[in-house]
Amino acid sequence: MSIPTFRQVTKENLSVNNPVLVQVLGICSTLAVTNKVVNTLIMTVGVSLVTAFASFTLSWIRNLIARRVRMIFQVLAITFYVVLFQLILNAFAPEVARSLGPYVGLIITNCIVMGRTETFAPANRPLISWWDGFTSGIGYMAVLVLLSLIREPLAFGTIADFPIFPPQYVSDGYNWTIAIMAPSAFFLVAIIMWVFKTNGLKKEEALKASKSASAIGGAA
Amino acid sequence: MSYVDPITLLFASIFTSNIILANFLGTCSFIAISKDLGSSNGLGIAVIVVLVLSSAISWPILHYILIPWNMIYLDLFAYIIVVAAVVQALEMIIERVSPALYMSLGIYLPLIVANCAILGVVLFMEIRNYDYVQALIFGLGSGIGWWLAIILAAAMRKKIDKSNVPAGLKGPGITLITMGLMAMAFVGFSGILRVQ
Repeated sequence: MSIPTFRQVTKENLSVNNPVLVQVLGICSTLAVTNKVVNTLIMTVGVSLVTAFASFTLSWIRNLIARRVRMIFQVLAITFYVVLFQLILNAFAPEVARSLGPYVGLIITNCIVMGRTETFAPANRPLISWWDGFTSGIGYMAVLVLLSLIREPLAFGTIADFPIFPPQYVSDGYNWTIAIMAPSAFFLVAIIMWVFKTNGLKKEEALKASKSASAIGGAA
Repeated sequence: MSYVDPITLLFASIFTSNIILANFLGTCSFIAISKDLGSSNGLGIAVIVVLVLSSAISWPILHYILIPWNMIYLDLFAYIIVVAAVVQALEMIIERVSPALYMSLGIYLPLIVANCAILGVVLFMEIRNYDYVQALIFGLGSGIGWWLAIILAAAMRKKIDKSNVPAGLKGPGITLITMGLMAMAFVGFSGILRVQ
């Protein structure tokens, strides 16, 4: 495998290979924590940092651990950072910690963390692994924040607890409670995925068309 | 929290607060595996077994080791090791006892460690303060709920494969929409009983 540059890694993780929309990883928390913008931001920052540092650690010790026991090392390293994050959260933002409930602990089994530490970190140097983990987290954050920006106003009439609709919106029952319930989360992710993928397919086709056009031009 | 009797809890965890359709746990492997009915069934059964065993083991660890010795901050470490150990042990036992079952189920077992449904159920058990019987029932019910959801989705995806889906929505997209519709159907159960 050729050595990837920082710029390539960034582009891969943010758009071409977005962890949520293209690789379909980390869907559990994508659906569960996006009902409030603040919760979403804190959760995604946690995931980014845990992925970054876990990738860094596992890349750093990649030549010291035997293949057979790598899985357990991986899980323990991830757990270590998640516990750190949970303790910090409990100390500084107990309110958010309570409303996120088990989902902070569940960062351990977030497929994005698992995927990056399993595929990228064992094959690359520590610094670039850190960057890879971090940008994966940012790609995840972009999608989740977008989702929460749709769901919170519809359900509560607020963005990050600032009211954006007149108070009658909620008090007179115009709000869409369905927007914070399970079904809407599934639909919204599917719609965003649809738009993103259709866009990607179009670009690919345009690229193919321009290539074949230039090939024909070259032959003539 | 008021006490919930086990039968109610069993039905609640299968239908009204289904582990995947209401709490979104275990979605990753759900999307990947639900292509095929046979493997979905296998993975679903493996999830039921692992869930029951890991809640059976984690509960005593929480209540007899972590709480008395004031080590509650180590709960995540304890749980993830329990889950990994249960999966590993189950894999070895199945390989010895029934090679045929191992061939059909074996490849899915390692996947379960990374399935958030297992860790999620164990964490819910801690947060909601269940007693031992409740923890076991909740594990069983959540497992059955997951199994039910995945075989239903796999059966539906068989039909979807034959129909004309927009190119951008193929694969995960249409699966998520299917799950959304299933979640809506399951929301209908929530009128029967409400347990959180």
